[in-house]
Amino acid sequence: MSYVAHDASAFVAPAEVEEVELYHPKTFVGKYIWSQDAKVIAIQYAFTAIGIGLVALVLSWLMRLQLGFPNSFSFIDPSNYLQFVTMHGMIMVIYLLTALFLGGFGNYLIPLMVGARDMVFPYVNMVSYWVYLFAVLLLTASFFVPGGPTGSGWTLYPPQAILEGTPGATWGIILMLVSLAFFIIGFTMGGLNYVVTVLQARTRGMTMMRLPLTVWGIFMATILALLAFPALFVSAVMMILDQTLGTSFFMPAIVSMGQQGDYTGGNPLLFQHLFWFFGHPEVYIVALPAFGIVSDLLSVHARKNIFGYRMMVWAILVIGGLSFVVWAHHMYVSGMNPYFGFFFATTTLIIAIPTAIKVYNWVLTLWRGNIHLTVPMLFAIGFIFTFINGGLTGLFLGNPTVSVPLSDTMFVVAHFHMVMAIAPILVVFGAIYHWYPKITGRMLNDTLGKVHFWVTFVGSYGIYYPMHYLGFLGVPRRYYAIEGTDFIPQSAYSLNVGITIAALIVGAFQVVFLYNLVWSYFKGKPSGSNPWNATTLEWQTPDTPPRHGNFGPTLPLVYRWAYDYSVPGAKQDFIPQNVPPDEAAARARDKA
Amino acid sequence: MDHFITLLFLGVFLGGLMAAVVWWLLKQTINVQPWVAQGSIEDGHGGELPASAVKTGLWVFLAVVTSLFALFISAYGMRMHQGDWSSLPEPGLLWLNTGVLIVTSVAMQWTRAAANRGQTDGVRIGLVAGGILTFVFLAGQLVVWQQLNASGYYVAANPANAFFYLLTALHGLHLLGGLVAWGKTTARVWRGVAVREVRESVGLCTVYWHYLLLVWLVLFALLLST
Repeated sequence: MSYVAHDASAFVAPAEVEEVELYHPKTFVGKYIWSQDAKVIAIQYAFTAIGIGLVALVLSWLMRLQLGFPNSFSFIDPSNYLQFVTMHGMIMVIYLLTALFLGGFGNYLIPLMVGARDMVFPYVNMVSYWVYLFAVLLLTASFFVPGGPTGSGWTLYPPQAILEGTPGATWGIILMLVSLAFFIIGFTMGGLNYVVTVLQARTRGMTMMRLPLTVWGIFMATILALLAFPALFVSAVMMILDQTLGTSFFMPAIVSMGQQGDYTGGNPLLFQHLFWFFGHPEVYIVALPAFGIVSDLLSVHARKNIFGYRMMVWAILVIGGLSFVVWAHHMYVSGMNPYFGFFFATTTLIIAIPTAIKVYNWVLTLWRGNIHLTVPMLFAIGFIFTFINGGLTGLFLGNPTVSVPLSDTMFVVAHFHMVMAIAPILVVFGAIYHWYPKITGRMLNDTLGKVHFWVTFVGSYGIYYPMHYLGFLGVPRRYYAIEGTDFIPQSAYSLNVGITIAALIVGAFQVVFLYNLVWSYFKGKPSGSNPWNATTLEWQTPDTPPRHGNFGPTLPLVYRWAYDYSVPGAKQDFIPQNVPPDEAAARARDKA
Repeated sequence: MDHFITLLFLGVFLGGLMAAVVWWLLKQTINVQPWVAQGSIEDGHGGELPASAVKTGLWVFLAVVTSLFALFISAYGMRMHQGDWSSLPEPGLLWLNTGVLIVTSVAMQWTRAAANRGQTDGVRIGLVAGGILTFVFLAGQLVVWQQLNASGYYVAANPANAFFYLLTALHGLHLLGGLVAWGKTTARVWRGVAVREVRESVGLCTVYWHYLLLVWLVLFALLLST
């Protein structure tokens, strides 16, 4: 294979790039199991993430059953409930969303979109997946150890996380922490690939500013993750030592039943700082890929150039930078100095500016666009609504004066589910409907897709809108039962029943989606190579699904940005990134 | 107030790292008009030689390791102000180990120079010397552990001890990881692979060893000053 310009264009000097050695698998196992092809690794990541995500979905059902119908289920005791809450949160944030966006979409889309044959370190990329799988298995194993999984809440705050009385304070928490450490090691391997591939393996003509926003979002999220995950790694290692060797990094001196414990006086707040130093960038690790992907979905399906491309890129960069200096807004109730609170509230409000710019740009992209209400477009528009809702409550909670009374109530649960659970998962669905034709060569069923969208979208509001109100009433989160509290009216219980029913319905309807994935794989309408008439490189591959190596004998040459839609005079209403200007002009002349 | 200083360190350091990344990316994008189809395709285009990908990979990895150690150091800074902290003595052997690590770095630098001049023998000798010295350093660190343990400075006895063992272990593990890359490179050189083909690997090993020397000097200074 050699890199040769496919067109003797005057603009581009002949390529002088060396040949690349691609790993060529010979057996089934080499091709699909120990694969070094980023596209196969992406599918492996996606299957694993969705699989463990379904476990977390069932856990959310169980906890909703308890909240909606307290005292009805003998198999949910207070310990179980806390374990469900904890595992649901951790799985969804780390093992589903982070892995799916970066390991799944990152692996599939980065090489294709930047015009590379594969990731720059395919072997390391393969190991990354297997380490991730190992982390998932360790986490799953914690369901089967004595004491069960940890029930300390997904934030794992010490001292309670490793003290007797919290469920899973021995085996459960250790497995969780070791699993997180492995996840981080595996992610770092993958992350190095994503960053270096974007920096070094772009095809000729693909300048940074011609990258689709999907790549920008994943790229920046990966940088954030590479720099922020070490904070979680540090806290996990130190907590493992506290639990196993009896060190006192976090564990304070504790007098229990008149007995002085073994710990000598550690600093639990230190854990909170480290955890949230990771935890806040984590929000953007999930959100930035969603921002990027949704920008491309809107542009393609509204047949319009993205509004303010440069501003979108800068907003991604600024959000990434600022996300490192807002972490303590998760800690307003930890007794911090009010001046800190002032500082972190200010940075939190500042980060709303680039975020709002992005929202305006999405809406302005839709403005007077030729909007096709395809399933990906529905999900993308659903994302905008949901993200605005969740983002606005974020502005409330960013202020200590509002945050303190609402802390640890259902309002917080409603806020972060809107902004970093429902919003990104809508993008995940939209992206799957959008790129499934490229991955399989077949379209997903449209009717099933629309049913899936409307139930998921409306149902999610059925779950989380009432939860804001419960939060205002003061209904606390993480409580097994709230009976016998005077300030909570009877209506709150009815509302909880309604939320639970909505959650059960939304969860159950995901079966429609899974069925669609399987059915369409065999029976779906053949899609051709570019069913959405999109400009980006992944739709210009000679084969669909693309083979290993992606682009056939020659790599594409890029002449333009990713957003030439509804071009006046163009033969079709779009010009792919690899069409040279003279060819585009000739096509226009032919048409005229 | 003590928390404040540590947070300031964390904020300034990692904020600075992040700001550098953002600044570099902004510079790449500031005067570009991506919507102009035939715009300057020559500057900033991709398609650099794949060889430099490894180099970029190493630098990105060093940024991750920097973040890791910076976080440990700021945790150290926050924890040391708690009342139960009592610093542990620095065994004299640590000075010797530091000296060994400095000599290792010099040896690696010398190897890189030899590789650039294309001297096969020099590269062979330099790599072996660098590797042996690294093992000497690691052994020395283990002896320090034993000395401290023998004098009753157990890992769980005091947070200062725990941090000492943790930080030295972490630094040692990074060196061990480097030794894997070193082992591969050395094996290739002894198998008779031409020097120009291992020149990049030798260069990357050298950068990594210098970096870990720097990390050790920072850690050692931290231990001495507290």
